[in-house]
Amino acid sequence: MQTSIRKMGVLSRPPSGTTADAPRARGPSLDWLSVAAEEEPQGDVSPRPLRGANGRVPVPAVSVRGLVKSYGDVRALDGVDLDVEEGTVLGLLGPNGAGKTTMIRVLTTLLKPDAGSASVAGLDVVRDAARLRGLIGLAGQYAAVDENLTGKENLTMVGRLYGMPRAVARRRASELLESFELSDAADRAVKGYSGGMRRRLDLAAALVASPPILFLDEPTTGLDPRSRLQLWETIERLASEGATVMLTTQYLDEADRLAGSIAVIDRGRVIARGSSDELKDRVGGQRLEVHLDEAARTGVAAEVLSVMGDEAPTVDGELVCVTVRERPGAVVEGVRLLDEAGVGVQDIALRRPTLDDVFLALTGHGTGEDGAGEEEAA
Amino acid sequence: MRRLVGDTLVIAERNLIRLPRAPELLLAFTVQPIMFVLLFRYVFGGAISTPGYSYADFLIPGITVQNIAFGGFVTAIGLNEDLHKGIIDRFRSLPMARSAVLAGRTSADIVTNLLSAVILVLTGLAIGFTFHTSAGDVLAGFGLLLLFGYAFSWVFAFVGMVVSSPEAANSVGFIAIFPLTFISSAFVPVISMPEPLRAFAEVNPFTIAVDALRALWLGAPAGDNVWKAVLWSVAIAAVFAPLAVRRYRRAAAS
Repeated sequence: MQTSIRKMGVLSRPPSGTTADAPRARGPSLDWLSVAAEEEPQGDVSPRPLRGANGRVPVPAVSVRGLVKSYGDVRALDGVDLDVEEGTVLGLLGPNGAGKTTMIRVLTTLLKPDAGSASVAGLDVVRDAARLRGLIGLAGQYAAVDENLTGKENLTMVGRLYGMPRAVARRRASELLESFELSDAADRAVKGYSGGMRRRLDLAAALVASPPILFLDEPTTGLDPRSRLQLWETIERLASEGATVMLTTQYLDEADRLAGSIAVIDRGRVIARGSSDELKDRVGGQRLEVHLDEAARTGVAAEVLSVMGDEAPTVDGELVCVTVRERPGAVVEGVRLLDEAGVGVQDIALRRPTLDDVFLALTGHGTGEDGAGEEEAA
Repeated sequence: MRRLVGDTLVIAERNLIRLPRAPELLLAFTVQPIMFVLLFRYVFGGAISTPGYSYADFLIPGITVQNIAFGGFVTAIGLNEDLHKGIIDRFRSLPMARSAVLAGRTSADIVTNLLSAVILVLTGLAIGFTFHTSAGDVLAGFGLLLLFGYAFSWVFAFVGMVVSSPEAANSVGFIAIFPLTFISSAFVPVISMPEPLRAFAEVNPFTIAVDALRALWLGAPAGDNVWKAVLWSVAIAAVFAPLAVRRYRRAAAS
């Protein structure tokens, strides 16, 4: 009993030396989570003070070297090198089958790598697997909760399996249900929960022991937009409290919003690493798309719009696209130019790069073939 | 070790509290044995001659053994569901004892098996079955039953970890174990079978277990059946438990 309480205390300590943090709960409490919930500004996205603050030496919370894992002929991981600094959020971005889930499974000790090494919190995922499991939380692609148990029973069970005495596990379960807005459903069987509620419960289960390092495998795949947003806010809350988070996603907007740093993974290899802005720059920034009234005027339109970008606009039917140098005012500028030239516009929009764009650009497929790229993106 | 026991109990508790909420499983434990007893007693009973015993007396030990061997199917189905829903992944990512998930499952089976056996015996008593032995022997019979059932829970645990879907778990268990229980002394005297079947039935662990139970409940000549049945149970568990745990360690969700 003593051991478990002490362990919980260690786990809920801030993982980094971040100074002047919000008052941090000792022991298995999640007060900080609810406090953060009230402070969370709605809709604010950009400033993530997540990366190694104030010149302290960053310690890799996750360190991966030459990781290889094959299934038969398929190399799911083909020599991955990756570091995640303590207290940061890394988004592992890639299409289905890129190796994202395999990566998470290796790092959470569920799968042994064929070659290479990986350590989490300084512990080797193979040799120190047993100790490591006490320091990580995993939330999967599908909500890994027992449908026939209530929300509270699920969380209590997980707590007890982390070694908490029953009463402590119960209290912890109630705290988590409260902060995940599941209190009302606490005593209902999970089979009556909505998809979003299940996912929140699953995430709560990953947080029972307040682990300093969290692995989230496609945390929002299959969720409706509202539940997705709620889950995003929760993840942001955790991140802002100093947890190290590694999440996989197929969606650039998700990585964009949550991750301070993104690793793009394709066919088992990390093919790019950077912030979302850096990645988008590599795609070529924002594109202005103009649907004209009549296809006959595309020539004129392309000519007048060419001043807005460095490369010549592309034309496809009555659609003219130009990669713009500057985002602010691009739509207004485009409309003004076309209006002056007397070209009728049906629709005009700035399109942000999607994963497909980033991906096409990074893998080299489809670059320069905007039309084709767009078809796939649409 | 304390960790293993504690974690096993947590998992066993989980499996037991969810049971009443899965009515189809509960039916399998309660209504199904009653139905089989009635069918055998009244449909086949009249046509089967069991010298020395009434058919009710002959049937109940046999059908209880058959029933308890199948008790573990909940383990197979449940484990397979857990595997596909990612619950096994969650357990494997937790700092818990590695064999606790399986041990918890099979331990929960002991409770449901006991429930099922008691219902079955009560049904038997209602249709003319009587114990012919001392209370001690009767209890020893229940003990042997639970041990035998526990061994088969490990067989089912292994099946649940190996097959691709809960449905497959069900049918593999059924196809593998159903004939075994029938080519035994459970429902008819072995002597009435054609030679090759009889040869098989005589060495079948089900025959040994059923005959052992008849010794403990009806006072039939025990021979060495009781300790042989115990030995079989231990051997089956000793083979399948490590196999199942090994699969569990490597388990990957679909």
